[in-house]
This record gives sequence, structure tokens and C-alpha cells, in this order.
Amino acid sequence: MSPPPKPPERSTRRDLERYAGLFSSRTRVMTSSATRDLMAMSDRPDVISFAGGLPDTSTFPTDVFAQLTARIADESCARALQYGPTDGLAETKRCIADVMAAEEMTVDTDDVMVTTGGQQVLDLVAKTLIDPGDTIVAEGPSYPGALNAFQAYQANVVQIDMDSDGMRVDLLEETLDRLEREGRRPKFVYTVPSFQNPGGVTMSLPRRRRLVEVARERELLVLEDNPYGLLRYEGDPLPTIYSLDGGVYVMYLGTFSKIFSPGLRLGWVVAPPPVLARMNLGKQQADLCTSTLSQILVQSYFAHHDWRDYVGSLTELYRSRRDTMLDALAEHFPPQAEWTKPRGGLFIWATLPDFIDTSDLLAAALRDNVAFVPGEGAFLDGRGRSSMRLNFSNADEDGIREGIRRIGEVVKEQVALYGTLTGVPAQAPPRHDAVADASEAPPADEQGARVVELPRRDERERRARRS
Amino acid sequence: MSRVAVLAGGSSFERQVSLRSGARVEDALERLGHEVVAIDVGRDLVGRLRAAAPDVAFVAMHGAGGEDGTVQELLEILGLPYTGSGVPACARAMDKVATKHLLLEHDVPTPPFFAFNQTAFRELGAADALPAIEQRLAFPIVVKPSSQGSALGIKFARTAADVPAALVAAFSYDHKVLLERFVDGRDLAVSVLEGPDGPEALPVVEAVPRDGDLYDFQARYEIGRTDFICPAELPQAVADRARELALRTYELLGCFGFGRVDLLVDGDGELHVLEANPIPGLTETSLMPQAAEAAGIGFDELVGRILASAFER
Repeated sequence: MSPPPKPPERSTRRDLERYAGLFSSRTRVMTSSATRDLMAMSDRPDVISFAGGLPDTSTFPTDVFAQLTARIADESCARALQYGPTDGLAETKRCIADVMAAEEMTVDTDDVMVTTGGQQVLDLVAKTLIDPGDTIVAEGPSYPGALNAFQAYQANVVQIDMDSDGMRVDLLEETLDRLEREGRRPKFVYTVPSFQNPGGVTMSLPRRRRLVEVARERELLVLEDNPYGLLRYEGDPLPTIYSLDGGVYVMYLGTFSKIFSPGLRLGWVVAPPPVLARMNLGKQQADLCTSTLSQILVQSYFAHHDWRDYVGSLTELYRSRRDTMLDALAEHFPPQAEWTKPRGGLFIWATLPDFIDTSDLLAAALRDNVAFVPGEGAFLDGRGRSSMRLNFSNADEDGIREGIRRIGEVVKEQVALYGTLTGVPAQAPPRHDAVADASEAPPADEQGARVVELPRRDERERRARRS
Repeated sequence: MSRVAVLAGGSSFERQVSLRSGARVEDALERLGHEVVAIDVGRDLVGRLRAAAPDVAFVAMHGAGGEDGTVQELLEILGLPYTGSGVPACARAMDKVATKHLLLEHDVPTPPFFAFNQTAFRELGAADALPAIEQRLAFPIVVKPSSQGSALGIKFARTAADVPAALVAAFSYDHKVLLERFVDGRDLAVSVLEGPDGPEALPVVEAVPRDGDLYDFQARYEIGRTDFICPAELPQAVADRARELALRTYELLGCFGFGRVDLLVDGDGELHVLEANPIPGLTETSLMPQAAEAAGIGFDELVGRILASAFER
């Protein structure tokens, strides 16, 4: 008897190609940009990457993890290996209530649904509320992962400029008026009010209040995405938009990813009951329930350890890394560059002179084994091309100093080359001092007003071209 | 039947496309009955090749390292037969400036251009010559890195004010860049495949940007934003001339096995050769497999013929 034929060796690349011809046109669009291929280069082991939004999970005590898993094996093995309810385990919801209480929010656990990471909330909200062609409103720049999730449902995303106080709610109102005149009623407003991704800025209290009023006046839903609220390195906490509204028009997205572990894939959404019921149906279709094992791990952790201690240690660590990156930027970036000085979160948004395209700059930076996220993905209208998002939570301080030095060298080379080409040697007074002392933090309006607000340069150009 | 090492991946910016090309080639080779050893090219390449001891290497790499003669040189040293062009042809074809000089010397039409390295601007004051260049080429001008194989770094300067930033961008990818006269026309690609009687030009493929904006130059190169028509709808004489020019370019460069030449046809039906790709993409959406299909050559046969040519060098 001859041996059975050897099955062909399987590989990811092979599978990718084998099924490529079957992909829907929607997924084809998802993999279309040349920049994506560049980004794929940034996970090489020798690259210092400021690209991902990765927390530093190496700081979690391994003995605690061992205790947790042993305890699960001992006490709740069968349950941890079993399916669970679609909306999540009751004990997990109590942990969620605990986390929300730490930001002065009270929540009825009936209004909570546990999800597979915060990203699933973005998908479920879009799935529940968006018909093709519907309008939603977001900040500009905005988290590209959210833009992608919304666009997958063929939403029309309108972006509102930000300054150092977060989304310009006055511009939001103007935009809503304009949309109303055009007969378009946005389904919801998406915002990351605290330590925004990618901008790093925080929405001021007056704007938070005004946003709640606007939502009420216009009966408009708001999706508040708050992954980093507890990672504050200076200044006083601000009330969440959810707490100001009381959960009437505001849906709240939370996650354990940045305060515990993104590997667990545990997030949640709080929404008005009718919306939540719809999302529950959507989640059933998507994955039936969130990982029971992950949920029990969180419960066990919350029951036997003080999760606030770990968040406290992360806060210390990230504050120091943020300061290191701000110092390194001041030392190594040319005076023409500007950047936000976030008071929390994971990201700095840096903007270079207009003539530098950060996607091209990334190619040069990758040659020096350092990576960042080019800004263009954070806008849908062509802006952001001279900006970059820099993550400071994952690399250690030596890596941060060295990586920023390398990017700075490439930027300086390009600035010098541009000066040579235009015959105008680069000159501008230095704008930045190192933020050495948090107590001397610059007044809010210096935190990045010009840095985040980007002129709609490409749009202007396009119009000029057509005329 | 042979033991074939399929080399793909590497660290060029076209790594992802190369992995897809390699995957398809592996499947085809297995269907043809060959034994396949897939190698994602990295620092351990020589060791892996020695350990695998293949009869032949199928190079499915694109861009720097794989398409510029580097890997080919290594394969020569190891004494391993390999698919596609040899070292000198790869080195010439990956260098658009060298390619264009060669074409001009042999009266093959290619858009007028000027090329510089950074030293010219830094140390020789080439910036002072920019107005003269702009006058000679006339706007719009296309600015591109000399060696980047994909669309990365290609910029479109509409006025003199756009030129410096476009140069800065192109220099992100290469120390040498070219400024080229923009030819307003249709994008054509002619693939060349080694046949029993030497290289043959396959039917012409036209790439049509989907959103129809002629001036959105970069969109032409983004996957999913372009439709391909094969054979291209062209007057017979133009199509014949395109194939003739492609073949001539392929031969002038000294290419071998297979390759693809990209051209433009302007409103008067005049053809202009832009560049040659010694290892064109072999993915499902790539131009060469579509051209082969139009010539009645299925993907497996295409791969089989490319492989066979490796032993005939």
C-alpha cells in the first residue's frame, strides 16, 4: 500500500494567496495602501518601534500571573473552559463597575456588555447604527482603527478639528448645522476625550459639558472611547462625558487593555438599554460570548490583588518614558518640528514642516531601524501627511532616546536638503523646552493648539488644481 | 522533477508583494510535481540554501536585495542555477537612470529626464540648475527615486514650488533620484517570457485608474484602484510597436527568463518606455500572469517555463 499523499506544507503566505481571489471588494480596499507595506516592516526585531499602541506587559509580575492561573485551575477550571453569556459574566461586570468608579462613574451593571476588546465595541456600534452612506462625526486626527471599523460599514466620516482642548465643539455645532441643511443626520459622534489617540490632547471640561448639551439638544448619540483615562501623569482628572450625561445620549467604551492586558481582549460598552439589546444580537452573531477564561482571570485578579497598584506602577513608568521622549524630541528634532505634550495616555503627535511627507520619512527611518505611524491614516481628507504618532509606552528609555535621535537625524537631513533645494536655509527659533517638571506644565493653550490643528492644505490644492 | 527553493520576502519595501508572488509560485511548482522548499529570505539565507541543497532557486523577490542583483550574486557564488535575469541585467534594470541612458543610446524612446544624487545638491549647488531643468522638462514633472520598484516615493510636481518637497520625498528611498517629463497617456505593460526561440513579448496590458482622475498620479499604483485590460484595446500597429519596444528594452538590458517593461502611450499613439522589472509580480492581480493568460499560457505553465529557463542560461 502506498503512503497517503503528503499534504502541501501550509503557510500563512500561501493561504493569503490561495484565497485572495475570493475576497470581497470591501476587504480588498482594506489592504490597498503602499504605506501598509511599509508599516509591515516595522515589526522586525531590530527595529525600535514607536508605531504600535502597545502597553508594556513585561511589567506584570509573573508570580501573580502564575497564582491567578493556578487558582483558576483549582477553583473554576470547568467554568473557565465553558461558554458564557453573550453580555458577559456578572462578576466581570462588577470589576468593570469598580474600574468605572475609579473615574467617578456609577453604572448599572445591566447596562454593561463585556466585549472582545474595545475594538469590538467600535465594530458593534457601527454594525448596529450604520447603514451604507450614513454620516458619523469623529475628531481629526482620529484613531485609524476606529475609522477603519466605521468605514467597513461604509460610513461617511466627517472629521472635526481639534486644538489643545480637544475637539472644537463650536466647529462640531457648525458642522452639524451644515449637515442638517444637507439633510444628513449623523448617527453618532465618536470621541477619545482623554489623551486622545493619536493627538495626545484632552478635551476641556467646558467642552465636555457643551458636547453633552449638544447631544441632548440634537438627540445625537456620542460614543466616548476612554482607554487611557486612568493613565494620567499630571493634572487633575476630568469627569468623563458619560458621567456628565448620565448615560442618556452617551455610550461609553472601556477596556482592560491599557490598565491590565491587551492580550486578554477584554473591553466593554455601556449604552442605553435599547441600543445595548441590539448590540447584544450583533455580538451573538460575531462571537457568541467574550472569552470566559479571560473574564475569570480578570475576576480572580481583582478579587485577590489591588489592580490600582498595578495601574499606579504603569503610571510611574509611562510618565517617565513620556518625559524621556519629550526631552529627546527637544534635543534631537529640529526647531521647525512641533509636538503635543500629553498629560497621560500613550501617544505624542508630532508635526514636521509641510514639505516632509511622513510616509516617505518612514522609509528613510526604517533604514535606520526605527518606526512610527505616519499621520495620514488619522485623516480621511489627505491631511496629516506631515505628522506622525509616537508611542512612548513600549520602548525602554534607552530605546526611546536612541530611536528619537535616529528619527531626528533623518528629519534634520530632510530639512537641510530642503533648505539647499530652495536656497533658504532652514531657520526658525526653537519653540520647545524640555518638559522637565510636571508642576511647570505649560498652560493648556500651549499644549499643542497649532500642533493638532492642521490646515486643510491638500483640499486647497485640489480645489486650485481643478479651477 | 526538481527540488526547488522558492526565495521570497526579504527586507525590501515590496516584501508583502513578494510573499504573495512566492506563495503562488510554490503552489504551481507543487502542482507541476516539484519538491518545494520555501525560504523567507533573511540573514540565514546561505545556511538555509546549503542545508536544503536544492537543484535550483526560483527567485520571487521584488525590490532591493532580490531584484537588484544581490541575491543573484549569492546564487552565482553558491553555484546554484536560478530563475530570471543575471546580476548585470538586474543591476541595470533596477536602476532607472542607468536603464534610461541605455535606452537613449539605442534610440528607444523614453521621457526626457535629469538625474541627481544628494551630493549634487549638497556640494555642487545643483539646486541652482533646477529652474533650467524645469524649463527643459516643462510642468508637470514626475519625481522618482532611481531604484524603488513600487510606487513608493513617486511624486508629481505641478509647479516649481512642488519640486523641492518631491525631491525630499524621493531621496527618502534612494540616494539617486530623477526628474522626468510627465507624459499624459495610458499606462501599458508588456511582459516578456523566454520561449523555445528566445524571448517573446506577451500581449499588452493596460492599467486604468478606477476613479478616472487623470491627475491622481499616485492612485494609479494603488491596488484596488486600478482596472486591468488585457489585451489592451490599441490599434494593432501601436500594440505591435509596444511589444517590439519591450522586447528591445529587455534585450538591451540583458534580461533573461522573464521580465516586464512598463510604457506609456500618449495621445498621438507615440510610445515611451518608463522602466523594466526583472522580476515582475506574480500575484493574482499582477500584470504578467494576466498577460500570460491572454496568450493562452496558464499560471502553472508560466511558472514551469520560467523554471525551465533557469537550466538553459
